[in-house]
Amino acid sequence: MNTPIFRLFALFVVLFAVLVGFTSRWAVFGAQRLRENDHNSRVVLEEQRIKRGVIRADDGAVLAGSTALSDGRYARRYPTGSLFALPIGYDSVIYGRAGLEKYYNDQLVGRKDDFGQLLDSLVKKTQVGDDLRTTLDPKAQQVAMDAIQGRKGAVVALDVKTGAVRVLAGTPSFDPKDLGKKGTSTFNLATQGLFPPGSTFKTVTATAAIDSGRYQPDSRVSGKNGKVISGTPLNNFGGENFGDITLTDALTHSVNTVWAEVGVKLGRQTMQEYMDRFGFGEDPPMDYPAGQMQPSGSTLRGKIIPMTSSRVDVGRTAIGQALLLVTPLQMASVAQTIGNGGVRMEPRLVEKVIDPDGRTVQTPLPKRAERVMSTATANKVATMMKSVVREGSGTAAALAGVELAGKTGTAEIDIARNINDLWFIGFTGEVAVAVVIAGEQGQGGIVAAPIAKRVLQALGQ
Amino acid sequence: MSARNRELLALIPASLLLTAGFAAIFIQRSDVLSNVSLTYGAIFLGLCFAGHLVIRFTLPNADPYLFPLCAVLACFGLVVVYRIDDTLARDQAQWFVIGLILFVITIVALRDFRVLERYRYTIAFAGLALLLLPRVPGIGQQVNGAYLGIKLGPVAFQPAEFGKIAIVIFLAAYLRDTRQVLVQGSRRFLGITIPPLKHFGPLLVVWGAAMFMLVFIRDLGSSLMYFGAFLALLYVATNRFSFVLIGLLLFAGGAYFFATTVGHVQERIDIWLDPFKDYHGSGYQIANGLFSMADGGLFGQGLGVALLNLPSGAPLIPAPQTDMIFAVIVNDLGLAGGCGLIAVYLLIAQRGFKIATLAHDSFSKLLATGLTAVMALQVFVIIGGVTRVIPLTGVTLPFVSYGGSSVMANFILLALLLVISDRARTP
Repeated sequence: MNTPIFRLFALFVVLFAVLVGFTSRWAVFGAQRLRENDHNSRVVLEEQRIKRGVIRADDGAVLAGSTALSDGRYARRYPTGSLFALPIGYDSVIYGRAGLEKYYNDQLVGRKDDFGQLLDSLVKKTQVGDDLRTTLDPKAQQVAMDAIQGRKGAVVALDVKTGAVRVLAGTPSFDPKDLGKKGTSTFNLATQGLFPPGSTFKTVTATAAIDSGRYQPDSRVSGKNGKVISGTPLNNFGGENFGDITLTDALTHSVNTVWAEVGVKLGRQTMQEYMDRFGFGEDPPMDYPAGQMQPSGSTLRGKIIPMTSSRVDVGRTAIGQALLLVTPLQMASVAQTIGNGGVRMEPRLVEKVIDPDGRTVQTPLPKRAERVMSTATANKVATMMKSVVREGSGTAAALAGVELAGKTGTAEIDIARNINDLWFIGFTGEVAVAVVIAGEQGQGGIVAAPIAKRVLQALGQ
Repeated sequence: MSARNRELLALIPASLLLTAGFAAIFIQRSDVLSNVSLTYGAIFLGLCFAGHLVIRFTLPNADPYLFPLCAVLACFGLVVVYRIDDTLARDQAQWFVIGLILFVITIVALRDFRVLERYRYTIAFAGLALLLLPRVPGIGQQVNGAYLGIKLGPVAFQPAEFGKIAIVIFLAAYLRDTRQVLVQGSRRFLGITIPPLKHFGPLLVVWGAAMFMLVFIRDLGSSLMYFGAFLALLYVATNRFSFVLIGLLLFAGGAYFFATTVGHVQERIDIWLDPFKDYHGSGYQIANGLFSMADGGLFGQGLGVALLNLPSGAPLIPAPQTDMIFAVIVNDLGLAGGCGLIAVYLLIAQRGFKIATLAHDSFSKLLATGLTAVMALQVFVIIGGVTRVIPLTGVTLPFVSYGGSSVMANFILLALLLVISDRARTP
């Protein structure tokens, strides 16, 4: 009977080795991932003993500050409430972190490399967090939030030259003091909300058409209604028939049949190439947590599929329909790129990281992403878009004294009830903007364009 | 050196560990070292010495390492329970005294433990009754959906802790009788040894009992523990791996069936697969167990440093003194401390199986194997539950977790092993 007893003991040796293995998995090898888990209140509690850095708006107003509690901990306060809740996020023992509070956590708690940490502990210096100076503009943010309050919508405004985020607004928002309250959402419509872009996407198609050298703004194209695209006739808005018109006119009047045909003629490869350059298909390179952003592109069952897929109707994608879904941030980035002579900048919320002694230790801004098109192309597309605001569907956004380029979009959601997603994207010499209002009656040029105008005015345009 | 002198010497590190542990916690709490830690150490040394004297006079040839190893666990457990809640530690110390008394009574009353064989069916029924008590209306208690405790007036009690010993005694006695028939009556079919149908019955009965417990007590862990001990005994008794295989398949099949039909078991399995899915609800305990182990790292935060409660007073780890005590230990003492603890259990298992191999008769061998296996399995079930090897269930970590029934039952188990050992090693 002794042999099976030995074997049984061997089995327990194996079982206990498994226990040691799993313990090391959690305590050592997988510990970093567990520490970074949003739910881990231990880490948040530990870091509450550190005076967390202040997050400020571009005018110096405090968006997130720290108040000392009696027991040596610090509590976070958000003086602007729900106004900046989406970009700033929160830092909570129970709910973890989100937004800038999460992305810049290492800086906000003043985490240093091991050597710096050692030096600090030698001189008994207490750890203090670094401050963040964002590029967010409180006045414009307020205007944007007022305009979309009570609706489902989002506004993103970027600095054309640097990619600095001036406005990042979305509704519904939430109150950082009242996390988890029913009816509020921490979902960021501006970076996570996916909407069909409708005609605003024609700017991407126009870029591809002109930069590839296949078309010019004055190329003659046929705006006939009911052209057959991918085997099905396609109609223009209101069934309107255009004759032979220029490409500029086709953008000004948002002629579906022209742009769908342009998309088909350019082909899947070319469309894919320009979408890639604009940053479709991946998370926008913004300083914001990856889990709170969504990539834009043709989407099938929650996954991005390439243009080369047979499921993609390239003609209807070229006019922002079919499977195409985009975030407001992505469309703002498209406008910024065209406005910046074809160079896409990485969107940035934070301009400077400032240490407790007042030194700037990090300047995340500006960072060039890539050149999407030639300067010449950018100027041509910009001119075409200016004509949209001057005489086309986007006149409601026109600003006095400043030349605005833009494109409207009206993506049909429920044709019977005339429910649409309403868009406007555009740019001046300094600011690019994207506005979306989801699921309302009307047209992009009538509902979204005036909001863009007010936001641009608030930003001094 | 004689066995008893080795035992006595080995008890000294246990007391030193206790003194050092309490000292560490006092320093952590108040920056001053009070002599209370020394008092605790001295009292504990006294208790160990008393236990040692009893063994010296009644079981002079018993295994010299088993008692000190358990004393190390007990004192380590006391330190950790004290670190979690000092009033609980006072209770726990009282349980140790009562446990030691039971230990002595068991040794004295069962010097000739073979009388147990005679009462096997009485013991079997007593064991089953103990397991089922928690479902008796009025005294049964449901904790986390499982029925493991009873409450009689002010006394709360986990009968399953004693039930496990009774069941092992019965199985050892039963298998001693039937092992020959089980082996000889077997036929080989498709390369698998099939036990004779007539004797297959008891296997099915035990399987049925394990399934019944799964449904009735709703605890996968204890069900696994009892059935595992049964399979271990069956294997040692017959040396037929195919029996174990059949048993495992039966258990897996039954467990799968009930896991998909009994809500509570199903929920436990869901939490096991993804504790973060329902973080603020049912996954909170296991998720925070993982967080606290991650917080511990290689060498831990230091004894008494790790956080157990939120500043609001809400628990960061529910049930730190019982189910989750291993997570607290890893948080305080790191992977090193956790591995040390597992190593001590492995050494105890090694001593237990050693006793089984040294024993002369089959009943002693089977009894020692069964007692060792059930304790080792209990360690595996609870640590495995905390570390997400298997679904978490509410059994205690022997000698370490807080709990009177657990301490008392394990002292009885230890006494039985020592009695068997003394008989086996007596020349």
